[in-house]
Amino acid sequence: MSNVAVAAPRKTRGPWAVAFAKLATDGAAMASLAVFLLIVLACLSAPLYAKWAGVDPFASTLDAVIQIDGADVPVMEQSTEGLGLGYTPLGPTWRLGNYFLGADSQGRDVMARMLYGGLSSLLISGAATIFTLILGTAAGLIAGYFGGVTDTVLSRFLDILWAFPIYLLAISLSIVTIAHGITIGPIQIESGSLWLPVIIIGIVYVPYVARPIRGQVLALRKSEFVLAAINLGVPGWRILWRDILPNVTTTLIVFVPLMMALNMLTESALSFLSIGVQPPAASWGTIIQDGQALLYTRPLVALVPGLAIAVSVMALNVFGDGLRDALDPRSKVRLGRD
Amino acid sequence: MKKLLLAATAAALLAGTWLAPAQAEYLKEHRGGTIRLLARSAAGTLDPHINYTDQGWQMYQPIYDGLVAFRKAEGMDGFTIVPDLAEALPQVSNDGKTFTFKLRKGIKFSSGQDLGVKDVVASFQRIFKVSGPTSGTFYAGIVGADKCLADTKSCTLEGGVVGDEAAGTITINITKPDAELLYKLALPHAVVLPADTPAEDMGSKPIPSTGAYMISAFDPNKGMTVSRNPNFKQWSEEAQPDGYPDVVQYDFGLSEEAAVTAIQNGEADWMFDALPSDRLGELGSKSMDQLHISPLSAWWYAPLNNRLAPFDNEKARQAVAYAIDRNTLVKLFGGKVLASPVCQVLPPDFPGHEDYCPFTKNPGAKWSAPDLDKAKQLVEDSGTKGQKVTIIVEDTAISRSIGVYLQSVLTSIGYVADVKPISSNIQFTYIQNTNNKVQMSVTQWYKDYPAASDFLNILFSCASFREGSDASINIAGFCDKEIDAKMQKALDLGVTDQKAADKMWAEIDRQVTDKAPAVGLFTPKRLDFVSKRLGNFKFNRQFNWMITQSWVQ
Repeated sequence: MSNVAVAAPRKTRGPWAVAFAKLATDGAAMASLAVFLLIVLACLSAPLYAKWAGVDPFASTLDAVIQIDGADVPVMEQSTEGLGLGYTPLGPTWRLGNYFLGADSQGRDVMARMLYGGLSSLLISGAATIFTLILGTAAGLIAGYFGGVTDTVLSRFLDILWAFPIYLLAISLSIVTIAHGITIGPIQIESGSLWLPVIIIGIVYVPYVARPIRGQVLALRKSEFVLAAINLGVPGWRILWRDILPNVTTTLIVFVPLMMALNMLTESALSFLSIGVQPPAASWGTIIQDGQALLYTRPLVALVPGLAIAVSVMALNVFGDGLRDALDPRSKVRLGRD
Repeated sequence: MKKLLLAATAAALLAGTWLAPAQAEYLKEHRGGTIRLLARSAAGTLDPHINYTDQGWQMYQPIYDGLVAFRKAEGMDGFTIVPDLAEALPQVSNDGKTFTFKLRKGIKFSSGQDLGVKDVVASFQRIFKVSGPTSGTFYAGIVGADKCLADTKSCTLEGGVVGDEAAGTITINITKPDAELLYKLALPHAVVLPADTPAEDMGSKPIPSTGAYMISAFDPNKGMTVSRNPNFKQWSEEAQPDGYPDVVQYDFGLSEEAAVTAIQNGEADWMFDALPSDRLGELGSKSMDQLHISPLSAWWYAPLNNRLAPFDNEKARQAVAYAIDRNTLVKLFGGKVLASPVCQVLPPDFPGHEDYCPFTKNPGAKWSAPDLDKAKQLVEDSGTKGQKVTIIVEDTAISRSIGVYLQSVLTSIGYVADVKPISSNIQFTYIQNTNNKVQMSVTQWYKDYPAASDFLNILFSCASFREGSDASINIAGFCDKEIDAKMQKALDLGVTDQKAADKMWAEIDRQVTDKAPAVGLFTPKRLDFVSKRLGNFKFNRQFNWMITQSWVQ
């Protein structure tokens, strides 16, 4: 028996495992992810919360009376002093399930609307992100790989789209479609549908994704493995699917949280302007709009959804930064970190 | 003797001789200073022949004059027609089709030009030349108006408005008797401007005026300065009284919240826009003495499209009328102090108004409570249950709230409803155009002048409905030939017997209400918030607060 020890083959981790391990060590990113997941979980519980609290967050309940410490309290209180002008909604009770954040100008439970509103905002921003990534990636891959006239036409179209101020374009599209929805052949999206803001927001951010993807594809198109595949007669779609797309996946993954944050802001802005989510449905933007008329007496109605948007967007951005650092090896150099 | 004294007192009061010395005294004491008004934005064009806004019409009162005017008096007295540039009310002849006015002498425009017959004739022509918004309605009965409407640029109103320079008279001939002609002549659209005023929308350029004041500066983004007309000499306190402040400074651009704060701090004296709802409680308790609540001849209502499902069915319309809780709407508007529930079209205290409410728990004169059972039954009977209804509302806090409430009402009686708030700038024209297929909307109507026809005939006559037009003020698309004929009869009767005509209008009001082409929601009141220093607040039912009849020093 020989005493010579044979070195065991070195077990190397794959790039994804390395990236996730690196991400796991990024405290700020993980904390942000935790905060965001908490918000998602809370919003997903909206129907349960409304059922438990026994409130309908979409119906006017101006005459509702609730019990606080055994006493009947109206959700809309009429001023009894002086001329007796106006009604003031109930303020926060800080009791979960019993108008925790108070009532809005329709006598609805703000907490229940916050949760439903968050659900709408997350669903719209999430779906719009997927929509943007699919369209943006397709446009970037096709323009970058095929080049020539295809690239010129697609790139100029993206340039034109990008030349419009994002919010102006989104507002214009919303105003055009808000009353009658969109009908394209057999596909009809009704005016009140949540798909409408998804599509509008999805469209306006396509150049944001497509342009960097196109740039990456242009570089990959000249790489040896792609040239070899072309020379071997592999069909273009197969090269795009098998060789190029996997190489832009990390970029796309980094885009997800960043796009979602952007989309959440856009959705809130459109809903605030009454051209996103339509009443009586809620989104954080519509709740801020409702709260605008109550800034003087019940500022929390506008402040809480504003805070929720800020925290969600910040969490997504910090997590997105962490994800980029983990997936992009060059970021180490760029950021000067170990 | 006592009776005689009372009669003499009443006569003196009627003649205004009691008011004159009082005003003269007040003028000595309070004349001068600058009154500062605030509004979120300007009221559009400065041209009085074109501007058709409450804000503009209120401001024109101390600036422009017509042959006749609404009396500058408080309350319902403000609905009375008095001679203004004319020496007296017109002589009516030719079976009510000819009105002859004698023009006062010695009146000058703020530019220094003398007012003459030619200015009056040219002003009537100009109403058509600039395609004034009411040229085709209010003034379409003047002889020659049809030609002017067909060819605006070469309008002469030949045979319609005839001036006699030598006699100083103006004769207006109309095609058929019109009991409301004097009201129409007292509106800002018929004020007299210098004959050489260009026949185009003057936009931001002030036009010389005959009133106590003139517009001396205007920037639609900043504000308007109104100062005393140096050529003004009071000729009729009822029609164009002298004012107290030397200058009226109307600033634009401040939000309602900021305007309230400015008034509280004494930096401004009044705001045009409605007070923000979240400040009402505070102002109503802490600044009571600075608030003035005044009734308005106005109607908040929900037109139901009589030509589109489900509201092409009368039972479906009545169901909505039964289901709506007017008290809730009043609450949304700020409470009972600021609005009253209604079922019918004509507002309270208005000619032809007789309390009537069929769509309530206990049908009778007044609305008491919604009848949801009856509403649900009517929806079942109409066979429209489960149909989709979209409510188009203005994108303002109050309209959105009303829309959301109506959506929940419609849902509760069996419809699938949703609400669309759209920009206030376009909502009113959007809901009028049949191409937009609006099923239900929320809007308001404020009287032009105190006549029942201004609500019933304008909002519900067949002639007011125009397919595919942005100017189809019969938003509901209601057209009932029988009711239409009755309205025509009432208009004709008004020429000879206004009381009998008003009785007839009351009956028409009931008939229209029964058919529920639109659902009456509430009658609003005007809430004016003024500075502590502002005195002598007087509210005129026709044109609201009389700005220059208040003093600030």
